[in-house]
Amino acid sequence: MKKIYGSAAEALDGVLKDGMLIAAGGFGLCGIPELLLSAIRDAGTKDLTFASNNAGVDDFGIGILLQTKQVKKMISSYVGENKEFMRQYLGGELELEFNPQGTLAERMRAGGAGIPGFYTKTGVGTVIAEGKEHKDFDGETYILERGIVADLAIVKAWKADDTGNLVFRKTARNFNPPAAMCGKICIAEVEEIVPRGSLGGDAIHLPGIYVHRIIQGEHEKRIEQRTVRTA
Amino acid sequence: MAWDRNQMAARAAQELQDGWYVNLGIGIPTLVSNYIPDGMDVTLQSENGMLGMGAFPIDGEEDADLINAGKQTITELERTSYFDSAMSFGMIRGGKIAMAILGAMEVAENGDLANWMIPGKLVKGMGGAMDLVAGVGRVVVVMDHTSKHGDSKVLKECTLPLTGKAVVDRIITNLGVMDVVEGGLKIVECAEGVTEEELRAATEATLI
Repeated sequence: MKKIYGSAAEALDGVLKDGMLIAAGGFGLCGIPELLLSAIRDAGTKDLTFASNNAGVDDFGIGILLQTKQVKKMISSYVGENKEFMRQYLGGELELEFNPQGTLAERMRAGGAGIPGFYTKTGVGTVIAEGKEHKDFDGETYILERGIVADLAIVKAWKADDTGNLVFRKTARNFNPPAAMCGKICIAEVEEIVPRGSLGGDAIHLPGIYVHRIIQGEHEKRIEQRTVRTA
Repeated sequence: MAWDRNQMAARAAQELQDGWYVNLGIGIPTLVSNYIPDGMDVTLQSENGMLGMGAFPIDGEEDADLINAGKQTITELERTSYFDSAMSFGMIRGGKIAMAILGAMEVAENGDLANWMIPGKLVKGMGGAMDLVAGVGRVVVVMDHTSKHGDSKVLKECTLPLTGKAVVDRIITNLGVMDVVEGGLKIVECAEGVTEEELRAATEATLI
């Protein structure tokens, strides 16, 4: 079965539906599926819910889908870098569900691993715990969090082979593996597609079983906070 | 006289122990990395998926794929390892990180911590703070003792929405060091040039 597609638009063809839940990889602007996000904007799909740690900035990342009002709801841990997000949220045009960062990652991992819910100490005694089942284990209180199964996962990797085995680079790995795992369909965009066998089976970060479609393309890879020291 | 930001960071660095894996928050806690004692083996975690965080890069060597949890460009070390967010928070939640040094807006005498939201102001999100305070072995807070208006930030009860309940072990402020113990806060030491009377006068929490 052929997994490699010619473009982001081709890979998304027949997959996008209004109102769907999309899990997206990336942390800040690092390791985000920028080509697929642009193609979703061009496709005009509406009422989307995104499970994504952040919401990009005004003109990059998920921010470009906020500009076109294609996003109905965000499930995120931190959205502080996006003015358009705040404008829509305060104006009641956008729903927001805050998840602690580790809870969001584990919800994706669990959803992909067939685990519908898990108990965690994170958020006990805070607004995050309100309305959630509490349970004591060994004298400590935990809350129930649900696994996420997304209609579509979009992720960014460094290299892929044609079977969908993925290798990420440095901290651009972040949410990409758990996001990929929780998608009913996962599309990966990569910088390079390499010959089968050249990645080395021991060095694969995410096995191709989780990846259904692959595209290769040029990435801008924008830096959010350029910080340097004087030599 | 009281400690400045760098002196607070230097004092917080005395909390480190050889062999520890540690997470440093944004702001003054980040400065702690400048004061790790020579010869002490401390590995810094960045919760976006890295152990063994290095310094900021020199100009021209920034890498878009290599950032810290504050989204700043950083560098790697020989010991560095990378992993995904689920594993990163697995090691946080699983108690593998010995200590987190974090900033705060308010701390209460029972160890309650508020550092993620001010109602009525723009809400940015908790990021990984709730996971860190719930999971790591020891939570040390570094912050100014009072607000710009002179109000104590070391309180009987937090007024802001909590990041975690009864999670703080030690508080380091510009005025001194306090431990959260049964019945209130115990003064560990006063900052250089600060008297115990001055520390008490600036503190709303019960000091025992």
